[in-house]
Amino acid sequence: MLAILDYKAGNQTSVLRALRSLGIEAEITADPGAILAADGVIFPGVGAAGQAMGQLTSSGLDDVLRRVVSAEKPLLGICLGCQILLSHSEENDTDTLGILPGSCRMFQPEWTDGGRPIRIPHMGWNTLEHVRSSILFEGIDPASRFYFVHSYYTEPAPEYVIATCTYGTTFTAAYGRPGLWALQFHPEKSGRPGLRILTNFHNYCREA
Amino acid sequence: MTEPCHLAKRLIPCLDVRNGILTKGVRFEGNIDIGDPVETARRYYEEGADEIVFYDITASHEARGIFIDVVERVASNIFIPFSVGGGISSVEDMRAVLLAGAEKISINSAAVKDPLLISRGADAFGSQAVVVGMDVKQVPASDACPSGYEVVIHGGRRPMGIDAVAWAVRCQELGAGELCINSIDADGTCDGYELTLTRKICDAVNIPVIASGGAGKPQHLVDAVTDGGASAALVASIVHYGQYSIADLKAYMAGAGVAVRTI
Repeated sequence: MLAILDYKAGNQTSVLRALRSLGIEAEITADPGAILAADGVIFPGVGAAGQAMGQLTSSGLDDVLRRVVSAEKPLLGICLGCQILLSHSEENDTDTLGILPGSCRMFQPEWTDGGRPIRIPHMGWNTLEHVRSSILFEGIDPASRFYFVHSYYTEPAPEYVIATCTYGTTFTAAYGRPGLWALQFHPEKSGRPGLRILTNFHNYCREA
Repeated sequence: MTEPCHLAKRLIPCLDVRNGILTKGVRFEGNIDIGDPVETARRYYEEGADEIVFYDITASHEARGIFIDVVERVASNIFIPFSVGGGISSVEDMRAVLLAGAEKISINSAAVKDPLLISRGADAFGSQAVVVGMDVKQVPASDACPSGYEVVIHGGRRPMGIDAVAWAVRCQELGAGELCINSIDADGTCDGYELTLTRKICDAVNIPVIASGGAGKPQHLVDAVTDGGASAALVASIVHYGQYSIADLKAYMAGAGVAVRTI
């Protein structure tokens, strides 16, 4: 059983539907007991960092997430969840969870992609450059594209970077260490390669 | 050497749904039913569509529930983003389709009548969830419409006296995350997208722009995302009748040097 953290920030049901299509049992929950009893935790999110941090702290789920990590329970942050695992975000100048070192910065409109100024948000399908291997990407064609939608990007400490993506700048698309991963793109909306990532995460959770 | 384009240009099939059935407008004949929207969406997903748009053209209030059910079934069967338009005129309408599993909502006439609906949607769900669709018609340039393109509503029957480029900029300021520009003049002609209009709007905003209306052959898609500057191209007839598959169109675009996602 996987727990999908419910903190009123967006796309929890998309993640649940994707897991169900794979035959993976999961529930959307804000109950600390259920979260800490799950085989693994998914921390999704869409929206603004300030508002999301407010929801997490007022519900006490920020502490639950820290306990998940200190108990070495597998955790997967997605999109906004990926961003607020770091220490700080330029979005609303927000201090975030600080579970891993790094910060989150804003795309600059004067940067270019394909010789033209970038449009913000970075919305659509982009490729990854793999910096180090991760079991999360096992069995996935390295040329696969993944679906992104975000206006801020993460800069974690370099030793955690798994894959980068280029749009105006080269930024981190996936980072973490075994058992604690964060993805800027949406695996639940990235077709087959994205679903494979969710399967790989679930397999890791079952073996952990 | 020019810098390569990393972000892929998107190809987005648009499905019109009436009373829960996929339908297609045929000139002078009204709408004909052409299939099951969930099966069709699933097929386009398997063929490599980057996103799917559903448009509810149901007239009656009662059929709205059927449409929401379609959205839920689609969300359990395709794992790419999809957006939903038609019949959305309040934050509550938006919430209903987003909860049913759509990533984005698309508003058109309702935004023209009540521009702050864009801001209310963006505040509630984030800009990335709010697409503003615009129906646009070419007119002689005037003080009211200096660009020579005017916003129309009700399928083009009602001119609004609003300049299309100025409206696009306003939509961005109000919090739209993306624009879908539909040329009433090009729609249904199969002669290609309205590239001048698309380019004017792409140059005026820095959010993604989807070109809509007029696709009849693969080169038209290439033109929309190169000369037109669009981030994505919407397609309907060109794929609905089996003339081209999504994969055919993607292969053509890739061959023309456009960055596309292939599966």
